[in-house]
Amino acid sequence: MSNQTNESSSGKSSLLGWFDERYPVSSTWNKHVGEYYAPKNFNFWYFFGSLALIVLVNQIVTGIWLTMSYVPTNAGAFSSVEYIMRDVEWGWLLRYLHSTGASAFFIVIYLHMMRALLYGSYKKPRELVWVIGMLLFLVLMAEAFMGYLLPWGQMSFWGAQVIISLFGAIPVIGPDLALWIRGDFVISEVTLNRFFALHVIALPLVLVILVFMHLVALHHVGSNNPDGIEIKKLKDNKGIPLDGIRFHPYYSVKDAMGAVFFFILFALVLFYAPEGGGYFIEAPNFEPANPLKTPDHIVPVWYFTPFYAILRAVPDKFLGVVAMGAAVVILFALPWLDRCKVKSIRYRGNSYKVLLTILVISFFVLGFLGTQPSTPLYTKLAQIFTALYFMFFLVLPFTSANEKTKPVPERVT
Amino acid sequence: MSTEDQKSTDVNLTRRKVLTGATGVVGAVGAGFMAVPFLGSWMPSERAKAAGAPVNADVSRLQPGQMLTVSWRGKPVWVVRRTPEMLKILTENVTELRDPDSNESIQPDYSKNAFRSINEEFLVVVGICTHLGCAPLYRPAVGSPDMQEGWKGGFFCPCHGSRFDLAGRVAKSVPAPTNLVIPPYHFRTESIIRVGEDPTEGGVA
Repeated sequence: MSNQTNESSSGKSSLLGWFDERYPVSSTWNKHVGEYYAPKNFNFWYFFGSLALIVLVNQIVTGIWLTMSYVPTNAGAFSSVEYIMRDVEWGWLLRYLHSTGASAFFIVIYLHMMRALLYGSYKKPRELVWVIGMLLFLVLMAEAFMGYLLPWGQMSFWGAQVIISLFGAIPVIGPDLALWIRGDFVISEVTLNRFFALHVIALPLVLVILVFMHLVALHHVGSNNPDGIEIKKLKDNKGIPLDGIRFHPYYSVKDAMGAVFFFILFALVLFYAPEGGGYFIEAPNFEPANPLKTPDHIVPVWYFTPFYAILRAVPDKFLGVVAMGAAVVILFALPWLDRCKVKSIRYRGNSYKVLLTILVISFFVLGFLGTQPSTPLYTKLAQIFTALYFMFFLVLPFTSANEKTKPVPERVT
Repeated sequence: MSTEDQKSTDVNLTRRKVLTGATGVVGAVGAGFMAVPFLGSWMPSERAKAAGAPVNADVSRLQPGQMLTVSWRGKPVWVVRRTPEMLKILTENVTELRDPDSNESIQPDYSKNAFRSINEEFLVVVGICTHLGCAPLYRPAVGSPDMQEGWKGGFFCPCHGSRFDLAGRVAKSVPAPTNLVIPPYHFRTESIIRVGEDPTEGGVA
């Protein structure tokens, strides 16, 4: 890298040379793309980072176009979305790209997080990559929640009513906090306006900054891989990792191919099932918000349902909120809860495999239960799987400390 | 700063630290004051507060057992004209209630009584579930077909299954922690209920 900087500053007469003397064009490109050495054994699971970036760009671009026709007022919100869908040229496509993109974002992010759980990508020295990633996940959830209010349908309104009321459950400051968030005594145009501002500018800015930091942190410590081996340990005489290949062109091409497959699947949903069977856009949201009438069955969009099921599983209002918050926050601590030195599941003991399987099953079952009305049986099930979900994090520090691992090879396989 | 200054031995590091610290403190105080307008601007505006003005509910045409809804501060406020049978049931099932005497619940003092009302015939209540803010359904009939067995008439929240009786009192073992909120109100005339204003401000209590 350093010799590259010398080369460019040594007076190349090219246009690039002119820029390099005034701005670190070549060195930045090389550090993050051209000479970023990534392990050569990336597999399927490594597509989702770049896919998340692609979906983020999709959300930002379609979002900008949607704001050109959307009106964040009590009278205008619902009808302007219908106007986009019916009258604006290509408006239906832009809107569905944005609404389907939101669900795609969470699918990609959940798989991206799963990759980290499989191969121990959150472990030393990548703790901050994980923590910044978790911050991204939190902000993304806030961004999605606020975006869902904007179409001002029945589910937008009542979903927001329920979620903001969650803050009211906090002792002492709760009711005033909920009032402060709403800016009114109920969800109203005031709330709609501020959510619009946060959704289109404040949170996207935070997201972009965090993505930048996520990548800077990753490129500083280097990428993990399916074997969980630090490729920087073995280098050739030029200081290049023996098991590393340049990100460009090797992984840029691989990621481009992944993007093509993603676009095919995305287009199938976009054109044939843009509402995702009522899971991406829920049926009551085709009815304008009515503050005097609650839909019979309030459900959040699918990506929040595991956490919503945890909320409902706890019979106490405040403790339910605490449990739901803890279900997300506990993930931040994962690098310190998992005390096993071996990173990849390929060489880890059975205890971790069993625990991870239970976690994944619990997440899916809770996700299903969150979409269903609460019956005594479902509530009981939700309680069992909430306990299993938390068990992963509470048992892991003990089992991982003396796990029976397999020997990790020197080089990637 | 020139190199000579750095080399000289009489750089007063203590003074520099004090000045840096003092600047930091003043800056933090300034930032604190600056945060006030930004955070404060999220509180309800004067217009939102003005929209909290009292509203009238005309109950002259309300038949026994019927309910009407008025919007006060954007919230649904229900007025239910209770029949003598309904009132009788309310006195019977007290043991199934979490807060039968409304000690934990929000209501004006003049409606903290057995029927949670000024005139026992009329229940005036904010139609928002005390759990997470959904609007419960009105199911006044004993044994309403879509309700669970042994239903005595009342309100049912479809979101998370909380049940309230016809005085807005919450049942035991449901997620809602307290009874439905009774707003301030008074009878302006015999058939006009003013919601959002206490009786002391005029009218017949």
